[in-house]
Amino acid sequence: MNIVVCAKQVPNPEIPMGKFKIDAQALKVIPPEGIAPVISPFDEQAIEVALRIKEKNPGSKITALTVGAGSAGDILKHALSMGADEGIFLSDPAFEGSDAFGTAYILSKAIQKLGNVDLILCGRQAADWDVGQVGTLLAEDLGIPLITIARKVEVLNGKLSVERALIDGYEVLEAPMPSLVTVSNEVGLPRLPTGMGIIMAARKKVAVWKAQDMGIDVAKVGKNAARSEMVKLYIPVREAKCEMFQADTVAEATVKMAVRLREAKVI
Amino acid sequence: MAEDKGLLTIGEVANGKLAPIAAELLGIGRKLADARGDKLDMLLLGANLAEAAKQAIAYGADRVYVAENPALAEYNPDSYAAAATKVAKQLSPSILLMGQTDMGRDLAPRLAAKLGGAVSMDCTELAIEPDTKLLLATRPVFGGNANGVMRVKARPQMATIRAKSMAALEPNASRQGEVIKVDAGVDASAVKVKVTKKVKQEALGIKLEDAEFVVTGGRGMGGAEAFKSLEELARVLGGAVGATRAACDDGWVASTIQVGQTGKIVSPKLYIAVGVSGAMQHIAGCSGSKNIVAINKDPEANIFKVAHFGVVGDYKEALPAFIQKCKELLAT
Ligand SMILES: Cc1cc2nc3c(=O)[nH]c(=O)nc-3n(C[C@H](O)[C@H](O)[C@H](O)COP(=O)(O)OP(=O)(O)OC[C@H]3O[C@@H](n4cnc5c(N)ncnc54)[C@H](O)[C@@H]3O)c2cc1C
Ligand SMILES: Nc1ncnc2c1ncn2[C@@H]1O[C@H](COP(=O)(O)O)[C@@H](O)[C@H]1O
Repeated sequence: MNIVVCAKQVPNPEIPMGKFKIDAQALKVIPPEGIAPVISPFDEQAIEVALRIKEKNPGSKITALTVGAGSAGDILKHALSMGADEGIFLSDPAFEGSDAFGTAYILSKAIQKLGNVDLILCGRQAADWDVGQVGTLLAEDLGIPLITIARKVEVLNGKLSVERALIDGYEVLEAPMPSLVTVSNEVGLPRLPTGMGIIMAARKKVAVWKAQDMGIDVAKVGKNAARSEMVKLYIPVREAKCEMFQADTVAEATVKMAVRLREAKVI
Repeated sequence: MAEDKGLLTIGEVANGKLAPIAAELLGIGRKLADARGDKLDMLLLGANLAEAAKQAIAYGADRVYVAENPALAEYNPDSYAAAATKVAKQLSPSILLMGQTDMGRDLAPRLAAKLGGAVSMDCTELAIEPDTKLLLATRPVFGGNANGVMRVKARPQMATIRAKSMAALEPNASRQGEVIKVDAGVDASAVKVKVTKKVKQEALGIKLEDAEFVVTGGRGMGGAEAFKSLEELARVLGGAVGATRAACDDGWVASTIQVGQTGKIVSPKLYIAVGVSGAMQHIAGCSGSKNIVAINKDPEANIFKVAHFGVVGDYKEALPAFIQKCKELLAT
């Protein structure tokens, strides 16, 4: 099987609240100092899903794709160190400022160039702008079936069997291949790269594909092609007025808190 | 420019009744439609929709388009996308709104692609820009660390709304409106994905989303066993138990009780967070709570920045005394 995983680099999403800074004028998020960006967590889980499928279907090939600029391609090395076979960095100045439609179009052209793909995996949403659309739009561009928010993905008798996480349970869906599936955290923790994986990844070369390599119509990508624009970015004000309870013991402190909650008619 | 008119909402029905999210859609939809001079339309897809259609009018809809078809009785991504696209193309609304639900998360981007529009997902505020009459959609980004305001340039301008972030109107059974049947015949060849099974995993007792009291445990609880004391506290208060994603991912509790950006949205009278660090993605699911109590052994934990009442300490010392005192207080 040929499996493609689309992955994106994001600022570490689990930084403490106080470290998160924006440039409201430029409508940009300022990368937190000294905290390295990471592969978007759901995308890392998408790679995990691909690896599990490969284990059951020996001979499969996993190709990781990312659209971005500068160091954004570094996550491909991470994908390789986890066990992906190939990484391709889709990078061109023309791509900058693309919205979900532009990004999906770029990915679709890369996938068409690869050809013969059986399964495409994306994260349910990227842990930066939380857009939650690129996977869907990519499936629409390619005209292939789509299942979102998977908690389990299996290949059974040449078909996909996917459990889709629902708010109060899950449902099982069946789809032919090729199809696209977006992955949610319920699939389980991604494996850590092994020492050997890291050495192998360091040796592998990551290809860089530009717009013309994929026959991309540059009028369809970049900021000008975007169908939405951000007009404002701000950090919501949160009044931090926590009434703290103290006493000789923790138990006594909570008793004081319970009494206070009762007085305030909260309980 | 062609007629830039029409505000369509896509509602949802649960057990024959209009779902709360649909009433919330009509609440905000009414404001936006009035600001633009539009009628407020709602599309309902499914089977047995008569009762829900009536309710939609009571909640503010001017016209309810009812697409009844046995093939739509349960959500199937392909048949719903095909049916909704067909109706939306006929109505050609300028604005199209849905809920950020199991259905909305899945369907909205598909529709945006099929209709040529664009969608802002999981919005917490919607407004009409006075000069342009365009939709301004505010959505949390970076897990809720910031808010971005989006203006969609394509048509339809679409948005999904986060549950409980916008208020429904008081229903008024004497409101007048039209119910219009529409044909949503779905071409079987459009349906590529089959739903073969649906599994409900609802917890017994009070529903987490509806509970007045929510007791949530995080990774600080250390294991599944410790959640028993949270269940006891929830029982004492008459509430429900929630969890952070970390606690769910570790397999201590079912993932259906996850609170947060990608879990459930709750807005109880009292939210008690125990061993929860207070990551923004978690707070996104409980920031609408009237009161937040935090018990955490780390005085620097983020949770104390959003809580109203707090105790620094080990839950093992804190919880038994707290539960005991609550029992006493509630008995008087
Ligand atoms: C895109 C995205 C979406 C996400 N969506 C969600 C979501 O919907 N919901 C969600 O919850 N998370 C979500 N997360 C994860 C989130 O970022 C945090 O990782 C998670 O909420 C942390 O859970 P926690 O507070 O239980 O664990 P931790 O962050 O590990 O915190 C545990 C806390 O327990 C305290 N503690 C430890 N021992 C004790 C003790 N004995 N007594 C008292 N306190 C103790 C510690 O001081 C610490 O503060 C998401 C993340 C991403 C990237
Ligand atoms: N720049 C990108 N490069 C590769 N994949 C991406 C990119 N942006 C988004 N994706 C994929 O699409 C998913 C959803 O992203 P988004 O719609 O931005 O929330 C991500 O989890 C990735 O799998």
